Amino acid sequence: MNPVANNGPGRGAGRALPWALVTPALGWTLAFFVLPFIAMGLSSLTAHEGGGFALSNYSQFFTNPSYLQAMVNSLQVTAIVTLVSVLLAYPFAWILAEQVPERWQRLALMLAVLPFWTSYVVRSYSWLLVLAQNGVINRVLTGSGLISEPLQLANTRLATVTGFVHFFVMLLTLTIFANLKQLSPSYRKAAADLGAGPVRTFLHVVLPLTLPGIMVGAFLTFVLCIGDYITPQILGGNNELLMPQLVMMQIGRRGDFPLASALSIILMAVVTVAYLACARWLKIERA
Amino acid sequence: MTSNIRNPLSTLKCNLAAACAAAALLIAASGAQAADLNALIWCDHSDPALLQPFEQANNVKVNVKEFEGTGAGLAIVEQSQPGDWDVMVIDSIDVPRGVEKGLFEPLPEDKLPFGDLFPQVKMDKSTIVDGKRYGITEKFGYNTIGFNKTKVDPADMQSLASLTSDKYKGKVAIYDYYLPVIGMAALAIGKKTADLTEADLPALKEELLKMKANAKLVGEVTASQTALATGEVDVLVGGGEWVTAGLAKENPALDFSIPKEGAVLWSQSLAMFKDSKNKDMALKFIQYILSPEGQARLATSSCYWGMPSNTKAALTDDQKKVLRFDEQPGFLSRAQAYPAPNADLDKKMQDMWTEMLQAK
Repeated sequence: MNPVANNGPGRGAGRALPWALVTPALGWTLAFFVLPFIAMGLSSLTAHEGGGFALSNYSQFFTNPSYLQAMVNSLQVTAIVTLVSVLLAYPFAWILAEQVPERWQRLALMLAVLPFWTSYVVRSYSWLLVLAQNGVINRVLTGSGLISEPLQLANTRLATVTGFVHFFVMLLTLTIFANLKQLSPSYRKAAADLGAGPVRTFLHVVLPLTLPGIMVGAFLTFVLCIGDYITPQILGGNNELLMPQLVMMQIGRRGDFPLASALSIILMAVVTVAYLACARWLKIERA
Repeated sequence: MTSNIRNPLSTLKCNLAAACAAAALLIAASGAQAADLNALIWCDHSDPALLQPFEQANNVKVNVKEFEGTGAGLAIVEQSQPGDWDVMVIDSIDVPRGVEKGLFEPLPEDKLPFGDLFPQVKMDKSTIVDGKRYGITEKFGYNTIGFNKTKVDPADMQSLASLTSDKYKGKVAIYDYYLPVIGMAALAIGKKTADLTEADLPALKEELLKMKANAKLVGEVTASQTALATGEVDVLVGGGEWVTAGLAKENPALDFSIPKEGAVLWSQSLAMFKDSKNKDMALKFIQYILSPEGQARLATSSCYWGMPSNTKAALTDDQKKVLRFDEQPGFLSRAQAYPAPNADLDKKMQDMWTEMLQAK
């Protein structure tokens, strides 16, 4: 042990360096998350008319059936989108990782995420054109004689879910694909050596080992979906309100930032609960 | 070797100093823009075809910020510094709200063409407060029934009852702005828009729910325009010349009616901020917008068309025909102003609107 090294100026510099390196990240979090969050929290406790402390913004949410319905709608849509996206993305990712030759995988993956390159708004409007009364699907169905009257596909919850699923399948495919690629082939060989067939190997080895990837992707889908305003606004036709639309109504119509803040914090609390559940599950899985 | 390594704290200090310098530059730059004109506007004022002639003639840059609804506009002002804004577009009926908050400057009537305005849209009851004029109507029109005349019976469009009839179930869109559509619901149940009180809300809600039951969607400006233009729906509740006129060339089948029960008159005004640092330029801007040339450009703005308030607007004959300029006296005589609820009733109306949106 060198007493000079422990007590001299070098030790102070050694302590300062990690702090200096972490300061930008801390500063960023402080400036763009902690402070705005505190401001939003304070705003949510302020009366819209006249200012002053008030809990009315929160009580409004719990006493107004339309506001509660918005939360129910958001949770229902998010649950459906997450489930359908996982069910579609997993086989897609599996085909990419297991069935597509190694040399084509990069190209296949790029093609899979190609829709990411277009604007989110443009993509939503494109779906509107596809699902509209005079859109591609209804024209094909009526043209082929399968239906006599066009179906109402646009401006429905189905349209909202479709727009979301199109986006999130790509996201989930990426996370599940990465998980599948990290899986050592020796697990499957060991399962085969022990007499397990392909289905049993998948159900008892591959699927459990890729569950963390699925959970992470599902959580990301949940967070992004429940907070999204554009897709339900464009594709849902305002036939039901989701939480982000309700928040925007308070800002755009009333300039009621306190109520919008309270609704946002309630939404954030739901996301936090989802995160804690996900984190706890992953912890249990690891244990 | 140690001497070559920069102390991280010094690095941080240097970076902070650079950040402070950059911030100072930004502040200075924003200060330099005080000579510009800052306008809180609706989307029709952001059309370059409207703004550029004024900017070139006066060597000024018009910085615009769009907003939707008076509440949102006033919230922006409340969160700004005094003097940040020079002019504001506001629903004519809401001018007193800005005056109550001490925001607006009285307008010099002798320097503006009040004599040339359609008399019915001067809106003296709302634009004059305590004998002083705070707003001047620049554009108006109707929230009424917009429709595709090749898909519906135009005779049906002469009654608001058609909006809730089974004949048009699933063929209707509702414009997503609570005040005019609540106004239309009031007309449908025989109430005057100016006399609405809390006691009328149950009947209004019932009427709105009937409309919703017939509707395929409830959309803001673009969505409702698109729905009517693409044939997704055949009727637009709350539509009017602001939907059909701009699309007349591409889709001449689109039209609007003023039904026998009447229509809701929308009217937008320009007001000048009391704390404007650029009142001369603000007045010039208002004068330009109210001039025959400015009025024609505003009336035919790419965002939405509407009737110019100035009878001398330099519109072409075709444009006048599309806007049904010559029929205005008859239309105006049957139109009623937007409902003008107080803050409490306004909140209740918005909650009612939210309920209508959530209704299956």
